[in-house]
Amino acid sequence: MSEIRGHRGIGRPVRGIALVAADNFSARYDLDRERGVFSRPAHRLFGQSYVRKVLVLNAAKGGVATSWMLAEMAARDLAPLALLLNYANPIMAQAAAFSGIPLIDRFERDITQAIATGDEVEVDPAEGLVRLRSKAPRSP
Amino acid sequence: RWAMEQQIAVGEFFDAEDFVEVSQVHICADSEALGPSGVAFLEKLAGAPAEQRRVSVPTVTDPRGADFARVASIKQPEAIVALERRAADALATLGMILTDTCINYQSVLPPVRGEHLAFGDTGSVIYANSVCGARSNYEGGPAALAAALTGRVPRYGFHLDACRRGHRRWRVTQPPRSLSDWGALGALVGRAQESYWQVPVVEPAGGHKPTSDQLKHFGAAMASWGSTAMYHVCSVTPEAPPAEPGAAALELGHRDIDAFYDSFAPSREELDVVVFAAPQLSLLEMQQLARLLEGRRVHEATALLVATSPEIRHAAARAGLVAAIERAGGVVLEGVCFYQMHARVLAEANGWRTLMTNSAKLVNIIAGYGYEPALAPMERCVEAAVSGRIVR
Repeated sequence: MSEIRGHRGIGRPVRGIALVAADNFSARYDLDRERGVFSRPAHRLFGQSYVRKVLVLNAAKGGVATSWMLAEMAARDLAPLALLLNYANPIMAQAAAFSGIPLIDRFERDITQAIATGDEVEVDPAEGLVRLRSKAPRSP
Repeated sequence: RWAMEQQIAVGEFFDAEDFVEVSQVHICADSEALGPSGVAFLEKLAGAPAEQRRVSVPTVTDPRGADFARVASIKQPEAIVALERRAADALATLGMILTDTCINYQSVLPPVRGEHLAFGDTGSVIYANSVCGARSNYEGGPAALAAALTGRVPRYGFHLDACRRGHRRWRVTQPPRSLSDWGALGALVGRAQESYWQVPVVEPAGGHKPTSDQLKHFGAAMASWGSTAMYHVCSVTPEAPPAEPGAAALELGHRDIDAFYDSFAPSREELDVVVFAAPQLSLLEMQQLARLLEGRRVHEATALLVATSPEIRHAAARAGLVAAIERAGGVVLEGVCFYQMHARVLAEANGWRTLMTNSAKLVNIIAGYGYEPALAPMERCVEAAVSGRIVR
């Protein structure tokens, strides 16, 4: 089992399946929050469901609305299970504090390369740790 | 207590050592962002005893999700309007001033150098930090609300000198030709930033001195395409380092700007809606638009929407500018911004898909709501609105 260390995060520990892209993230710009899918055509995860996934992306993008929006998504059980980013911005941290969705960022290596879609991971924000529990099959 | 817990969690996340008092708060709390759970949260807070619920520093609001006086003209469903009314009532009960504007730095109270703020719109934060030399991080709705209640924010990021220094240098080789050129430049610089913590340094072309509206479009687009909270323009913004003509820099000219325009190509020519917003228009932009529409008529199959603040709309009405835009068939909305008005619902209610705008910020946001946007200078947007076809 490998561990990836980041900065101390926010929220409770969770375990789930990862959805990964080396792309950036904003709830307002990128998501159809009614259907729980990425709706921005230029996003690498376009059309994919993020609901109850450990969402692993590069950096937070513009848009202050994400903090209200993640809380609304959580209230309707249409939210990601956790967020792992190379670089959060204040909005993502505020969103995590308000919505209860766990968040870790500033990892020792590129988190979007260290984890692949389908991997099962354990997210421990208090320790700033992500543990890879099982790997999804990699394409050759 | 709720507010302090939120602020401590965020402060620890960013290694803040203490708090700093703020003089103003600006909060994003439109119903599209809030959703029913956010509105219920505000109402619960508004139901607390007066001494617990009143904001402790002057607090103004970002655009809301509906212009109550003009709902019918854009077919906004009643359920959305009702949710927006509930949010507005709760914000007023908390003691906030409902300015409903993202250009509070132009139209409410311009920040001053060194002033610590808790601003809640990426465009207002980047303008306050860069152009005014004030100090704010991005404060999302719940964080701005916490700041309004406690009168302070965790001291990290752009409250600290160390965070405000420039990183990569950019050189603009030809003067931008329009507000949308400024927006395109901001988008190109913003898109290249790797995180919130990078501050680009821009050397303008040939000593060109930009205006407030030009820097407004430049910063709003940069903040939207990146997650950028501050930039320096050499010889213009107060904390900028000097220009270094011989230093290595990434160059941007008209060819780069034109390629950016060309990257937006809707699949059909018929134009559904033209939007002037994001950021809301200043009084001078309102005048520019009114002049372009003089003696013209917007095509019957195309809508033309303008979003500005309540104060600017009032001033524009006094100057005859609102009447001029309306005579041509435009709708002048106050206290809203297009993407905050439940844009996906508007698209369904009005049959809108193709959209043209001079806002490099809006073209970044609106594709996710199901629109096919095109970007062009204001003059070309007006030509397109009149002809009903996208003018490239």
